[in-house]
Amino acid sequence: MNLLRNPVLTVALIAGCVFAAAELPAPTLTKATSADKGPDPDGFIQRWLLLEPIPAIGLTDSAVQAIVKKEYFPNQFTVVPSDGDRLAVSDQQLSWHALDSRNYNVNLYHFAWERDKKTTNQLFWAVTTINCPRETPDVRLAIGSNAASVWWVNGKEVIGIYNDRQTVIDDGVSKRLTLKQGPNVVRAAIVNGGGATDFCARFLDMDDRPVTGFTISAGEVRK
Amino acid sequence: MRHAILALVLALTVFPLASGQGLDGQVNIHDPSTIAVCNGKFYTYGTGGTSLVSDDGWTWRRGQTPPRRGMAPDIIQLGDRYYMYVAANIGAQPKAAINMLWSKSLDPNSPDYKWEESGVVASSDGVEDCNAIDPGAFLDPESGRLWLVYGSYFGYIRLVELDPKTGKRINPSDQPRNLAINCEAAIMIYRDGWYYLLATHGSCCRGSESGYNIRMGRSRKVTGPFLDHTGLDMIQGGGKLFLGSSGRTIGAGHFGLIDLGDGAQKFSMHWEADLDRGGASVLDIRPLMWQDGWPVAGENLKQGTYQLESVRTGTVLELAVEGMPVGGRRAGRGGPPLGAAPGVRGPGGPPAPSGPPAPSGPPAPGGPGGAGFGMFAGTGSPIPDQDVAQVSKNWPAGNIDPRMATYLSQAQQRWTIGPVANAGGYPGSPYFKITIAGTDRALAATPDNELVVLPAFTGAPEQLWRIEQLPDGTWRIVPKSAGNAKEPLAISAVGASFATLSKFDPKSDKHRWLIKKP
Repeated sequence: MNLLRNPVLTVALIAGCVFAAAELPAPTLTKATSADKGPDPDGFIQRWLLLEPIPAIGLTDSAVQAIVKKEYFPNQFTVVPSDGDRLAVSDQQLSWHALDSRNYNVNLYHFAWERDKKTTNQLFWAVTTINCPRETPDVRLAIGSNAASVWWVNGKEVIGIYNDRQTVIDDGVSKRLTLKQGPNVVRAAIVNGGGATDFCARFLDMDDRPVTGFTISAGEVRK
Repeated sequence: MRHAILALVLALTVFPLASGQGLDGQVNIHDPSTIAVCNGKFYTYGTGGTSLVSDDGWTWRRGQTPPRRGMAPDIIQLGDRYYMYVAANIGAQPKAAINMLWSKSLDPNSPDYKWEESGVVASSDGVEDCNAIDPGAFLDPESGRLWLVYGSYFGYIRLVELDPKTGKRINPSDQPRNLAINCEAAIMIYRDGWYYLLATHGSCCRGSESGYNIRMGRSRKVTGPFLDHTGLDMIQGGGKLFLGSSGRTIGAGHFGLIDLGDGAQKFSMHWEADLDRGGASVLDIRPLMWQDGWPVAGENLKQGTYQLESVRTGTVLELAVEGMPVGGRRAGRGGPPLGAAPGVRGPGGPPAPSGPPAPSGPPAPGGPGGAGFGMFAGTGSPIPDQDVAQVSKNWPAGNIDPRMATYLSQAQQRWTIGPVANAGGYPGSPYFKITIAGTDRALAATPDNELVVLPAFTGAPEQLWRIEQLPDGTWRIVPKSAGNAKEPLAISAVGASFATLSKFDPKSDKHRWLIKKP
């Protein structure tokens, strides 16, 4: 059946589109305002510093590794930026944004859309700091991402997942690692092909249960 | 008398190790008892005083004959004692009696190895409808009560109660209960509120003509009635088939349960004739599965090339290398056209665009890949498997991590699993090596209890794997050695794209694997 030949359905469709346009989804990312916060009850880390996207094409293992290992800005694998920090990548001026997600995942499509940035064939950098009250051995970073992503904990690469994929909780999981007492830096590079893009991350304990006993800070927050 | 004659033949004959299925070593036995474990060794006793012992449950050798020779003994451990029940004809069958003897050890080298005779626990007078041989002991896990079933063809399979503190008959004057007819080698097991009576039907002791087969019924009460899956009472000849002849093994009989803990079970039995062992009667051990409330005979893993799929995630274990689509990348999607040589990487430029195909309706006729259906037409001819020698040219030479991914029939996702000679084993199977098919790259456990794929198999313990079928038909994969773990570890799908080693959890799907033919 050709719906457009049905006047009643056509009117209904148009009305639906108008309604949909008026009812944009509520933003899932808000500016991080408090000094620190804990993960959600399932251990998901909802506070991140996100860098506005950098054009990048490629989702295979080798392509993603080449993309994320290219140097785009100084101290790329060590810097803990602050909200509002700006840097130049090629001919673009990009900003870091300290944000909290309302959901378990961080919606990079929303992040880019709100800043009038593209999401297709883009590289997103994300950084957060986990503050542990005590040394915590035998935990694993567990992430999901749309699409490929590479992850570092305290400067060590611990996860790489590749190709076009959707965000699945605990898709990529690191080997056992130790979170030191005090700040631990988690860094991610997410490479998107097309369409939606997001990620989620948490730590699992030795029994694969979420770790929740830490706080999260996202650099120096500027109000 | 057939039992006694056969036992003499078995005692004098050693058959060469079969090259195919079956246990290793000297496994000739008839009417084996339930396998008992004593100080880490496995023991079974058969008709005529035959005894087999094994250090690992895989390679067997002749053991010491117990002081009382007889027919079809059974053995059960209760506390610090091993109780053996063994029958003897005391005249022309069916005049027979079952004696009990016990020892604190089954190891002849132990100071506790001393069999104490304790008298008759059941008998038949030669006139009544029973032949009191083929005992099977059963400790009811619900009530703690001890039972003995016995009988052989002439009349009924019967049940009497024993004292779990002494192994003797609780009240010799109690009338035995009749449970089944026209069978022998009965034994009982329990699971989830059901008592199962397994007994052997068919003719024994005729080599490759033996019609022996194990059948079963179940009951909510230990005293029966035991009905088969059609509702037919075993006392009227009913019995659902558990295991009969198959392949080159003829005549299955004398079921014995082996409980490995953590929900894993196996069973022992004998084949009347193993054609690969000259038609000898031999011991076998197989996984015990459960389906729809009934026990099912599982299979020990056979050598082959497989995909290893996680029950938890649905993804398969693979070598963490960049995969190439089988048949090459599709034209117009970032690679060479369909039909390009397998494993040939596409241009070094961008990969296939991600996201769904453009919703532009059916592809144009005559598009890439063949006439008539555009991009979905394929090549028009079968695409061969990937040539691992070709696609592996780009793989790193050293250690490579494994990971998990959607199965795409690619070379790094196919594992050859094969037994390792002289490396020992576990009940029913040898240790296996797991290598990428067509290569010597071997899956191994690391000292920190993770997984790695080594460039070559060396036979080290961390490269040997115990692969066992679980009651639901899935498999657990356990390294022979891993780091300094104090408890058995198994490969675990902790994430959709990642596997590790962790303590086996029988309640979780993360340690359960499907081993599929690709």
